[in-house]
Amino acid sequence: MRMVIVAGTPGSGKTAVLIHALRSLKEQGFKPAVVKVDCLYTDDGTKFDRVGVPNLVGLSMDMCPDHYAIYNLEDMIKWAQDNEADFLVIETAGLCHRCAPFTRNSLGVCVIDATSGPNTPLKVGPFLSTSDIAVVTKGDMISQAEREIFRERVLEVNPNCKIIDANGLSGQGCTELAEEMMNSQEVSLEDEKLRHSAPLAVCTLCVGETKVNKKYHRGILRRIDGFQSYEGE
Amino acid sequence: MIEKITIKGGYDKQGNEEPLKEVIIKKGEIFGVVGPTGSGKSSLIGDIEQLAQKDTFSKRKILVNDEEPSYEDRTNPRKKMVAQLSQNMNFLADMTVGDFLSLHAKCRGASNTCVDKVVKLANTLTGEPIKKEHELTILSGGQSRALMVADVAIISNSPIVLIDEIENAGIRKHDALKVLAGHGKIVLVVTHDPVLALMTDKRIVMRNGGMEKVVGTSSSEKEISSKLNKIDELMLSLREKVRNGEVIEDFEEIEF
Repeated sequence: MRMVIVAGTPGSGKTAVLIHALRSLKEQGFKPAVVKVDCLYTDDGTKFDRVGVPNLVGLSMDMCPDHYAIYNLEDMIKWAQDNEADFLVIETAGLCHRCAPFTRNSLGVCVIDATSGPNTPLKVGPFLSTSDIAVVTKGDMISQAEREIFRERVLEVNPNCKIIDANGLSGQGCTELAEEMMNSQEVSLEDEKLRHSAPLAVCTLCVGETKVNKKYHRGILRRIDGFQSYEGE
Repeated sequence: MIEKITIKGGYDKQGNEEPLKEVIIKKGEIFGVVGPTGSGKSSLIGDIEQLAQKDTFSKRKILVNDEEPSYEDRTNPRKKMVAQLSQNMNFLADMTVGDFLSLHAKCRGASNTCVDKVVKLANTLTGEPIKKEHELTILSGGQSRALMVADVAIISNSPIVLIDEIENAGIRKHDALKVLAGHGKIVLVVTHDPVLALMTDKRIVMRNGGMEKVVGTSSSEKEISSKLNKIDELMLSLREKVRNGEVIEDFEEIEF
């Protein structure tokens, strides 16, 4: 099974871009299937239905959506196989910008919105720096100068990625994305690893503590002055 | 050296082949792009900006000197053949004018001395002075537009220049067009404004997403154009007066 993992900031146009790319894949006789992972709500399933692509929606609720996506990979592949798909496309909600859901042999696609300002590429972390392809959306809403600066910043963070300027409304650039998907390789989960380790997050907050005072917190705590300690037994 | 570009026709919004199969624009020519709103003017400009290879909605193909441009030519800003002034009037980048311009100069492989030149040129196009220390996001519509024009003229000094409407921006549009057109460039101007449309050599008429026909600017149109320029100058001077709180009692009749 070929696996394409799509991450990006909320509202950057991941689904819109994907819909066009999927349509293009289908026109060329491929059978893609999509898993959409979100947190609380999504109606994207109906959008994928409209282009006739089998889809599965996973809501992670109070779990980190990327963690949820990662340990469900095996089930997703099984589901895609049951649907006789030759591509599994996973779209994640990735929220804290510290995760990169890409595995080593999957095709890692990062969708990033050009209107979010030229400092955004420096802020979003591993899901951009470890991606194979950076899809830059909404470039038509800013000046050419800003678009060029944005591009330069993306390359500063990830000099080896391929940048695709895409428009989720017109579909511009999406055929190019579909071509990259076609060139991706088969993935076996047996020895597959993440490209980037998930962030450190083992503390009392993770298990439901809502009090804010420092004395209630245990686990690995990093202070604003840069020191880090382990509190607890 | 770019001698000409060729726009190979694609399809209109209904998926019908567009009436014009081919439009050739040669070095030194200024083309207008006209048509009702929603007729596909900006899309045509967009196709040329990306040097589309049947990969956009219209499926048009753009050739440069009769050849397909390479992927590198299409995407690397240092090699970019096209400078574009888009419809978007505001900057979103959260930085100062000076920082922004030097970053852009770096992207385009231009010298940092460009920065002062851009600011100076922009200030000749707009009434409200722009300073390097200004935050980009607080510039007025006119200031933003003037800065974009100067940036395109000096930093993105490319042989193909695309202009998507410079009217209604509170800047001197004739001066702006002169600054942008430069010498020996290929220029396309999207416009609804007869003043600008008649300044061009030819104009592509858009309808329903397709290129319908090319109209050459006739000699009588050229005459009308110079008259319109005078009217426009008058409007601009009156506008400045109103802006400055002056009372307008009379104005000089225009002599044609």
